[in-house]
Amino acid sequence: MITVNINQKTYHVDADPDTPLLWVLRDHIGLVGTKFGCGVAQCGACVVHLDGEAVRSCVTKLRRAEGKKVVTIEGLSPANNHPLQKAWLELDVSQCGYCQAGQIMSAAVLLKANKNPTDQDINDAMAGNICRCGTYLRIREAIHLAAQLQKKEGSGK
Amino acid sequence: MKKSTFVVLGMLLIMLGMMAFSLNGPRAKVPVYLVKKDSAASVAAFKQVYTVLMSPRCMNCHPSGNVPLQGDDSHPHTMLPKRGVDGKGVYAMKCMNCHQPTNTPGLHMPPGNPKWHLPPANMKMVFQGRTAPQLAKQLIDPKQNGNKDLQKLIAHADDELVLAGWNPGEGRTLPPMSHAAFKKAWTTWLTTGAFAPSGK
Repeated sequence: MITVNINQKTYHVDADPDTPLLWVLRDHIGLVGTKFGCGVAQCGACVVHLDGEAVRSCVTKLRRAEGKKVVTIEGLSPANNHPLQKAWLELDVSQCGYCQAGQIMSAAVLLKANKNPTDQDINDAMAGNICRCGTYLRIREAIHLAAQLQKKEGSGK
Repeated sequence: MKKSTFVVLGMLLIMLGMMAFSLNGPRAKVPVYLVKKDSAASVAAFKQVYTVLMSPRCMNCHPSGNVPLQGDDSHPHTMLPKRGVDGKGVYAMKCMNCHQPTNTPGLHMPPGNPKWHLPPANMKMVFQGRTAPQLAKQLIDPKQNGNKDLQKLIAHADDELVLAGWNPGEGRTLPPMSHAAFKKAWTTWLTTGAFAPSGK
């Protein structure tokens, strides 16, 4: 039994410690917002926060999350109102939407560390998140907008 | 002897005893290496060392730019992760976001180590593109080697991340000699004077 804090709730997970965290989130806990993309840490669809870092849950074993804080797209904000989520809706970023949870979780780590990212900062932070629909320009625009919203709201601390 | 003097002397003796224990007691003995100069043996040993350091398992994390290299052909790492100030990446693109504390099973899956990182931005320790004479001189320069002296350089052969080169995960070739042979050549090079091969 492994104890993990996920979205501010404590879970006691009865699974092999080598189970990918993504499997635990989706199949054991029922949090299916995080997506399986490639399974080999190449696409970024499965990004979640592990103690604030944007890890790829498809290759992160459950044992690494033991006693740590995991945040998924479902727990990013109390009412789906993170500046990034607002900006995503405002600019209608998603096309098929499959990669977007991972995109937003990666962008959240960027905006926490850098309140006013340049295009280059965004490219550097988001280079590991692939979008097969090619929404990259809207993603970049939405991150800039979210940075402005975050500044107005005084959030992202 | 006054009582206060007696107490102070007693405390000093206790402190000395504790220091002696902390310096000698629990620590393992570290071998001290001495230098006996032999330029021919040193240069011959470095030629072996150089083949290991320039192999993908070592050079890929000592790139000339700020993006690590990848694979047996040392191509730029896919996704172009950046070195960052501390060598551990930037924002959502940090090494440990994909590289786990151990190798991930499977062909060409991310290799792992708890210390996975590049050299930091202020001490890049570049191997890529260095000739043997250039690299030999760089390796013994404390301003370019992470402030390592002879003892620390020799100890570095057993660094956890150096050893990871001999446990690269599936689908990656090993360095051209065993770790034991490398350590022997490395130690020989350093203890015979760390001579650089001739040339530029």
